[in-house]
Amino acid sequence: MKHTLAVLVENHPGVLSRVSGLFSRRGYNIESLVVSETEDSSVSRMTIVVSGDKAIIEQVTKQLNKLIDVIKVTDLTNEEAVNRQLLLVRVAADNTTRGEIVQLMDIFRARVVDIGRRSMVIEATGDEKKIQAIIKSLQPFGIQELAKTGTLAMLRGSKEK
Amino acid sequence: MLGSELLLKCLEKQGVEIVFGIPGGVVIPLYDVLKKSKIKHILTRHEQGAVHAADGYARSSGKVGVCFSTSGPGATNLMTGLATAYMDSSPVVAITGQVVKSFLGKDSFQEVDTTGISMQITKHNFLVKDANDLPDIVAEAFFIATEGRPGPVLIDIPKDVFTQVVDKVREPKIRSHVIEKLRKPNIDEIVFHKALEVLKNARKPIILAGGGVNRHPGNQELLNQFSIKNEIPVAVTLMGKGVVPAHNPFYLGMVGMHGTTSANWAIQNCDCLLAIGVRFDDRVTSKVEAFAPKAKIIHVDIDAAEINKNVTSFISILGDSYDFLKLLSQKYQSTKSNKEWINQIKLNSGEFDDSFSQIGLNPQEVLETVNELLDEDTIAVTDVGQHQMWAALYVHPYKPRCFITSGGLGTMGFGLPAAIGAQMANPAKKVILITGDGSLQMNLQELALLRKWNLPIKIILINNGVLGMVRQWQELFYQENYSEIDLAASPDWEVLAQAYGINGTTLSTPGEDLITLRNILDSKFPWLVNVKVDKGAKVFPMVPAGSSLDEIWGRWGNEAHVSSLG
Repeated sequence: MKHTLAVLVENHPGVLSRVSGLFSRRGYNIESLVVSETEDSSVSRMTIVVSGDKAIIEQVTKQLNKLIDVIKVTDLTNEEAVNRQLLLVRVAADNTTRGEIVQLMDIFRARVVDIGRRSMVIEATGDEKKIQAIIKSLQPFGIQELAKTGTLAMLRGSKEK
Repeated sequence: MLGSELLLKCLEKQGVEIVFGIPGGVVIPLYDVLKKSKIKHILTRHEQGAVHAADGYARSSGKVGVCFSTSGPGATNLMTGLATAYMDSSPVVAITGQVVKSFLGKDSFQEVDTTGISMQITKHNFLVKDANDLPDIVAEAFFIATEGRPGPVLIDIPKDVFTQVVDKVREPKIRSHVIEKLRKPNIDEIVFHKALEVLKNARKPIILAGGGVNRHPGNQELLNQFSIKNEIPVAVTLMGKGVVPAHNPFYLGMVGMHGTTSANWAIQNCDCLLAIGVRFDDRVTSKVEAFAPKAKIIHVDIDAAEINKNVTSFISILGDSYDFLKLLSQKYQSTKSNKEWINQIKLNSGEFDDSFSQIGLNPQEVLETVNELLDEDTIAVTDVGQHQMWAALYVHPYKPRCFITSGGLGTMGFGLPAAIGAQMANPAKKVILITGDGSLQMNLQELALLRKWNLPIKIILINNGVLGMVRQWQELFYQENYSEIDLAASPDWEVLAQAYGINGTTLSTPGEDLITLRNILDSKFPWLVNVKVDKGAKVFPMVPAGSSLDEIWGRWGNEAHVSSLG
């Protein structure tokens, strides 16, 4: 099962390498990892999606907590949380298909951010399922290039701690 | 004040009296100001010697052991020692020089990514970019090394940080979340009482004590009295040796691959296993699925990550072993006698035959004699291999922190420098190094320190002319295909001892030689005692790797050959 962990860490060089080193050394599988500064510039937030059974997730959490530079680990999997990925995709599009693609993207509330003569670039955000659905819907037109982020996650308001 | 001077001040503030190390290119500025400090520097002959010595110093005293090295090869030479300290949770602080900041990342002369390389084998490490940060970093390094589960910490310092001028020295400050993270957890009372009930209801209880219990000197009395008062047998791991004195009638000895038959039988047949400060290493559990199959396991550890890592516990208690044992002694009321259980252990342990039948001197017998000659405070240090396991089975120091061995990493070459560190930390105590001809040659260069510092260490060299443990495995499991184990053309040990300015002698005939050994162990001078033993001598009992602890090999009763018990 996939788990989403929000990990607050000290914002200084080497921390990413400590965390990723821990995962590779102990053989845990990272599905995705997103890291950026938080509202406090001395603290970074890593959102890590990791797959494994309950025992593995327990070990991952405990081992992360042992790292001196890790401030806090929260498992957001079973919490009411907002999960988002960002997708950029270049899809083949000409006069015959452009309209159809725009209509499709409207359904997903995705945006067209660039149009060329033979292609267009689409931007979308959403949870993993939605992003997968968008990709699937675009595949018949011909995906030329695709980039997406891992999952970012945050607790909903009612769950504020 | 220079960064280098500030560093020494910070170390003095932490109570550092001795450091082990070797100078080199980028640490010359540090060594330049060393004489201004009260800290005594012990020049080892190899950086690996320095870090093992710091480790031996730490293990035998409970204080932090400190070592210095230069950048590049100096730093890489420390790595085996850091990994050794990390596996056995020993508080070591290593200070390495680094190339000047502007040269970092340029593949400069003697540059390696020291913090990168040591990341997985230290509890934490630092790269110092500004000398003004030194007070914070040194304070935090010592805090991290000792608090919670101890471990090694490395501080990497570029040359220009040593030469940087510091105008105003800051008061050291440790980050609050670091203090919080390593704070000793309070034992959960509800969980504790559940554990108490399980232990009370157990008909066949046993305690397994590990390195975590060895840390606190007060634990021995608590555990010993608890065990005697309530008739609960105690087994130990290799790292737990000394947590209970061997004369405790309920002491079963070591568990695991070369554990005693009684300890292993008791583990496999107990209904409650109270495991304190152990991490269930594979050399302890052997086949983990078959480990203590009938037991409710109560696991007490200060490191949350050890709980349910290798063995799933029935009840887990997060906390310090001393707090736990104190609470246990206060709250536990024995309701029944365990005599029947203890008799069962005795009856079912098999008649292990340790009458030795090797050619010439028997290593077991020699170590039995060494054991008889231990005084209350003697520290026994070992290297790694057959002699280490014989020492674990036959040599029983009286107190905690008196059996010093590389358990987790199994580092050959650890013994001599660790013995030097232990003797430096305990000048009044007798230090005996039990080593082998393979191990001793892995850090032989440190022999020079015995003469230089008048360290009366007694080296008992169990010399069988081969890499004995490998030979034992090749004989038992690889159809006697003896591949690359012959240590022919090793030095003449007496001549070598003489060359290093210490006493040397060779023992090879049973009987009278053991009297010589007595005289030597009483001497005030360093000795290298070359004990010639049969290369065919093997360590038994033995549980083959991958088997359950029920399958113990050895000679039983009057059998002529090795067989499996049960």
